[in-house]
Amino acid sequence: MSRTTAPPAADGRNGTAPGPAPEARRRSNTELGLLVLGVLVVLCAYALVGLSQNPVLPAGLAPYGGALIALAVAAHLVTRKLAPGADPLLLPVAFLLNGLGLVMVRRIDFAYAVRDDPPAALAPLQTVWTVIGIAAFCLTLVLLRDHRVLDRYRYLIGLAALALLLTPLLPGLGREIRGARIWLRLGGFSIQPGEFAKLGIVAFFASYLSDKRALLSVATNRLGPFHVPPARAFAPVAAAWLVSLAVLVFQKDLGLSLLFFGIFVVMLYIATSRPAYVVAGTLLFSSGAYLAWTAFAHVQARVAIWLDPFADAEDAGFQLVQSLFALGTGRIVGVGWGQGRPDFIPDVHTDFIFSAFGEELGLLGTTALLLCYFLLVGRGFGIAARARDDFGMLLAAGLTVVFALQVFVIVGGVTRLIPLTGLTLPFMSYGGSSLLANYILVALLLRVSADPGDAGRPAGQGATA
Amino acid sequence: MSRQVRRVAAAMFLLFAALFVNLNYLQVIRAESLTSDTRNRRQLLREYDIQRGSIIAGTGGQAQELATSVDTEDRLRYLRVYPDGPLWAHATGFYSFIFGRSQLEQSFNEFLVGSSPDTFARNIGDLLDGRERRGDDLLTTLRPAVQAAARDALGDRRGAVVALDPRTGDILAEWSNPTYDPNRLSSHDGPEVRAGWDELRADPANPLLNRVTSQLYPPGSTFKLVTAAAALEDGIGAEQTFDDPRTADLPQTSADIGNFGGGLCNGGNPITLRRALEVSCNTTFAQLGLDLGAEALIDQAEAFGLNREWESQFPYEPSRIPKELDPPQTAQSAIGQRDVRVTPLQMAMIVAAIANDGVLMTPRLVREVQDYEGRVIRQYPVAPLVLPGSAGPQAMAPENAALLTEMMVGVVERGTGGGAAVPGVAVAGKTGTAQTGGDNPTVWFVGFAPAEDPQVAVAVVVEDGGEVGSEATGGRLAAPIAQAVLQAALQPGG
Repeated sequence: MSRTTAPPAADGRNGTAPGPAPEARRRSNTELGLLVLGVLVVLCAYALVGLSQNPVLPAGLAPYGGALIALAVAAHLVTRKLAPGADPLLLPVAFLLNGLGLVMVRRIDFAYAVRDDPPAALAPLQTVWTVIGIAAFCLTLVLLRDHRVLDRYRYLIGLAALALLLTPLLPGLGREIRGARIWLRLGGFSIQPGEFAKLGIVAFFASYLSDKRALLSVATNRLGPFHVPPARAFAPVAAAWLVSLAVLVFQKDLGLSLLFFGIFVVMLYIATSRPAYVVAGTLLFSSGAYLAWTAFAHVQARVAIWLDPFADAEDAGFQLVQSLFALGTGRIVGVGWGQGRPDFIPDVHTDFIFSAFGEELGLLGTTALLLCYFLLVGRGFGIAARARDDFGMLLAAGLTVVFALQVFVIVGGVTRLIPLTGLTLPFMSYGGSSLLANYILVALLLRVSADPGDAGRPAGQGATA
Repeated sequence: MSRQVRRVAAAMFLLFAALFVNLNYLQVIRAESLTSDTRNRRQLLREYDIQRGSIIAGTGGQAQELATSVDTEDRLRYLRVYPDGPLWAHATGFYSFIFGRSQLEQSFNEFLVGSSPDTFARNIGDLLDGRERRGDDLLTTLRPAVQAAARDALGDRRGAVVALDPRTGDILAEWSNPTYDPNRLSSHDGPEVRAGWDELRADPANPLLNRVTSQLYPPGSTFKLVTAAAALEDGIGAEQTFDDPRTADLPQTSADIGNFGGGLCNGGNPITLRRALEVSCNTTFAQLGLDLGAEALIDQAEAFGLNREWESQFPYEPSRIPKELDPPQTAQSAIGQRDVRVTPLQMAMIVAAIANDGVLMTPRLVREVQDYEGRVIRQYPVAPLVLPGSAGPQAMAPENAALLTEMMVGVVERGTGGGAAVPGVAVAGKTGTAQTGGDNPTVWFVGFAPAEDPQVAVAVVVEDGGEVGSEATGGRLAAPIAQAVLQAALQPGG
C-alpha cells in the first residue's frame, strides 16, 4: 500500500509531519482487527454464561460490551500512537485472555451465589482491576518512551524490587494467606508485591548482565581441572540462590522461589552462552529444594500430594483431586459454559481457574488457552531475538521467560505434572496485582518491539524497512 | 545472544508441549476413570436432576417396585426410595449421594438415568422437544414370594439363600442376612447418611456384604457333587463299589481322612458310589479323588465355573479351586476341604446345570429394560453360559446329569438331605457341613425340584452353626430352609 492511497482519516497531521510508516500502520490495523475478534469472542462467552443461568440474554451485555470495547479501543489507540510498529499480537491475545478470565470469574460468582453463605461477587472488582490494568498498560507506554531508560536506573530498580519482595515480611504490613506470606495489606486491598518485584528483578538483571556479560563469559581461573570465570562473577548466581532461598524459607512460597531462580539461571545463560551456569544453577536449586524438603513439613506435604493425591482425596489432596476430576469430566469438548461445578474446587477463582476452563470447555478449551499463552511466549522470544540492543534483548527474554515459567508452573501444578505451588495464571486468575503486573509486562515487551533503534524518535525516519 | 534466546525458546516450547501432552492424558485417556470415580460428585449431581428409573420384581398383578424415585423439589431433586428396602437391599444395592452406588444401582446406572447408548436417539428427541429426560425401568427376574420365603426360612441366622430357575438361569431370590435398609444411605440428609454408613461399616456381621454373590465359603460335602460328576464323566458307574475303611490314608502324609462322626459308611462292606453320596461318605470320595487325579477334578470344577469369570449383570466374586493339587490336597479337595472356596451363587449354578441336562446357564437378574411408557429398550435373552476357555456350556454329559440327579434324589429320600423333602415332589439335593478350624461349621444345602422336570434350584448356606453351634449340620439346619424356598417357588403365581 502506497502513501497516496492511505486512508484520509489517518491522523490529521498530514502536511506538518509525516504519518507513521506504512509498515507500522499495517501492524496497528492488524492489532485492531485482532482486538475486535477477541472482544467478539469474550462477548459471546459472556452471553453464553448468562444464558446458562437465565433463558434471556444478560442485561449487562450492552454496558459490559461497551466498556470492553472502550477499553480495547483506548489500549489500541495508545499503542498505535506511542508504540508504532510494535508487535500486533501481544495486546489482542492478552486482552482475550483477560476477557475470558473475567467471564469465568463471573461464572464462578454464579456458582458461589447458590451457596448458603455466598461470598461477595468477585466479577465487579475484577472488572475494576481490568480497567486499572489497561490504565497501567497505557501509562507504561506513555511514561516509558524508550526501554533503555530502565538501563540507567539499574540499581534503583534492583533495590526497589528487593524491597518490594521483602515487604510482606514486615510485621503489621505483611499477611499470611494459606501458609504463604506473600501478601501486603494496604487500606482495603491485599496486594502481592512479588508480582511487581519480578518485573523489577528482570529489569535489573537484564541491565547488570548486558553490562557484565564479557566478564562472565571468560574462564580465567582454574578450579581443579576446570576453567571457571572469576569468583566474583559467581556473585549474582549466589545472590540469586540466596534470594530465592529466602523467599522459600521466610515466605514459604515455592512457586515464586522457583520462578526467581528460573529467570536468574536462564538470563545468565543467554548473556554468557555458558551452559555451566545452567548446570550449576540447577544443582544449587536442587540442593536447596532438597534441603527445603527435608526441613519443612509443608514442602513434604506438597510433594506427597503430588505423588499420590488420591491417598488423601477428602482432605490434603482434596483440591488437586477435585481439579483432576474437573479436567477429566470436561473430556474433549467440555460440559459447556455454566454447566460444570467449578465451586467444587477450593480457590477455583485464583490458582485453579484453568481447571474450571478444563471442565466447561474441555480439552479444546484448554488447548486454545495454552495456544494463546504459547503465542504470547513465542512473540516474546521473537521480540527478544530481534531486539537491537543487549539490554532490550535480555529484558524481553527475561520477561518472556518469567511469563512462560509462571504459566508452566501453575498449569503444571493444577494438572499434576509437577508439585503444586501457588501462583496465579497470568491474565485469567482473579486478583489485581497479577493482572496489573502482567499488563505492565506486555507493555514493556511492546516497548522493546517498537524500538526504532538508534535512528531516533518513532515519528518519522525509523522503521522504513 | 539471539542463538541462546532461540535455545531457551525451544526449552520453553518443550515445557508447553509437556503441558499439552499431560492435558491429553487427563482429558482423554483418563477421562473415563476420572468421570466415573465415585468421589467425583459431578456426574452424580447431574443424575439427581433425572427421575431415576424403577427396579421392578414380578410380573402382571404381582409386580412390585423394589426401588423408585420421588420428586422432593430439594436441591437434590429426586430421592431414591426403597419401599421394602431391607428385603431387597442386596439385589438392588444402594444409591447414595456420598457413598456412591452398588449392585444393580451401579451396574445398570446408565439405563436407570436414561443415558444408555440404546436411548441416544430418544434423548436427542427429548432435548429438541424440551421434554425432561427420564430414567428407564429394570424388570428383574426376582419373585417376591420366593424372596420372602427365603427371608422367613433363614430367620435370624447369618447366611444366604439363592434360588435359580435352572432352565433359564433366572435369579428368583437372592437373600443375604444380615441386611440393611438402603433408604438410610439414599437419604439426602448428609449427617444421617454418614451415621448410617459408619454403623454398617462398624458392624462385624458386615450387613453391606452380598453373601450370595460375593462371600466365599468352604463348600464342604456339597462339593462331592463336583467329584461325583467328574467320576461319572470318567466312566465310573453309580453302582461301582468302593471299600469302606474307617479312615482313608492321605498319601505322602501321616494324616488320615475320617468320616463324619468317625464311623463307617456301610458297616465295613463295599459301598456303591450312589450310597456314598447319599450318606456323604468322606473316605469313598477321598479315594475317588485320588483315583480321578487332580486334573480331572480341577477340570470338572472349572467346567462348572470355578476359577472363571463371565460377563455379569451384577458384581460377583469368582469361586476358586487351586490350579495345582498334590495327592493329599486332591483327596481333601474332593470332599470340599482345604482351599476350595465357593459362593452360594456358584453352588446354585452347579446344581442348576445338573438339573438342566448338564448345561450351565448365564445367571440373569434383569430380563428387560423398559422406558416409562413401557417401550422395550433392551432385552436380555436367556443364554447358555460359555465360559472362557471352554468349548460350550455343557458342563457334563446329559446322561450323566440325569444319573447324578437320580443319585441326588436318593440323598433326600434315603440320605442326609431328608429335611428338604417336599410332599409329593421329588427333590434332588446334597448337604454340606464344612468345619473350618475350631469355628462352628458352615452348613449347606444345595438342590432342585421337581427332579424329573426341574423348575427351581437353590443353594442355602448358614454361617457359624446357626443357632445350634458346633452341633450344626447341613441336613439339620440348611435342608429345611431349602424346603421352604423350593415349596414357595413351586407354588404357581408365587
